[in-house]
Amino acid sequence: MNISWTWFHRLASPPYFFRLAGRLAPWFGWLSLVCIVAGLYGGLWYAPPDYQQGDGFRIIYIHVPSAYLSMMGYTLLAVSAGIGLVWRMKMAHAVAAAVAPLGASFTFLALVTGSLWGKPMWGAYWAWDARLTSELILLFQYFGFIALRRAFEDPRSGEKAAAVLALVGLVDVPVIHYSVVWWNSLHQGSTVFVGEGSDIATSMLVPLLIMIAGFTAFFAACLLKRIQLEVLERESGAAWVRELLEDA
Amino acid sequence: MKSLHEFLTMGGYAAYVWPAYGVAAVVLLVNALLPGLRLKRRLAELKRLERRGEHP
Repeated sequence: MNISWTWFHRLASPPYFFRLAGRLAPWFGWLSLVCIVAGLYGGLWYAPPDYQQGDGFRIIYIHVPSAYLSMMGYTLLAVSAGIGLVWRMKMAHAVAAAVAPLGASFTFLALVTGSLWGKPMWGAYWAWDARLTSELILLFQYFGFIALRRAFEDPRSGEKAAAVLALVGLVDVPVIHYSVVWWNSLHQGSTVFVGEGSDIATSMLVPLLIMIAGFTAFFAACLLKRIQLEVLERESGAAWVRELLEDA
Repeated sequence: MKSLHEFLTMGGYAAYVWPAYGVAAVVLLVNALLPGLRLKRRLAELKRLERRGEHP
């Protein structure tokens, strides 16, 4: 039991995590570049136009990965903030702080690309529909988390208050996911993973899966860099940072 | 095989598809460059302070 937890304790150590993140980030970066280039070729050129939506459907190749990351990002934010709150782990708070602006930017991207798809398909850039509204609320939750963290003179109090807010807001993630099932939404239902297999053609699906993998790797690379920055800010007076500066 | 014209006009959806990809490109580029630059700048700043003997 003791041995199996050593990796977890090591991850909680800022200097260890700082070096690990620095080594891993470029690998995720290159992986994302390869996947995104392949996904763009597949999505914009190779995949045939949709029989109903023509070439307008190609927006999904950025919309779906962004929307997925907006929810995964928030879940990661709330879970790590919760771990920081309960076990007072510094690294967990650093992860939550690092993921917030990144997750917010993908939420913004999901909303903008969805809006650009909605105009030709629905006839409107925006509708106060369950899926769209709950996603917009998610964007405000990211903003709320960022703002509340900085609203206290003592950064530790800010972290705690923001963590509670993040955990309460976690309820929005399943609401977004099931909104198309629970309410009669304008937004179309899930087509990728419906029951057994998928409802979309392979030539359209494969580029989408590649784009999801590419965006996820991109998110990981950016997140690792942001965690490094976050750790450096918190630990700037520590001995290991001084050693790091002397080595560099 | 589709033509370059079809690709550029996106079958009439160019006004929606290309701006969507443009915004995505901007968001990805900013995310890709900003943290690395900030990290580099902060490390340089800490190093300068260290050399002057002022521990932050």
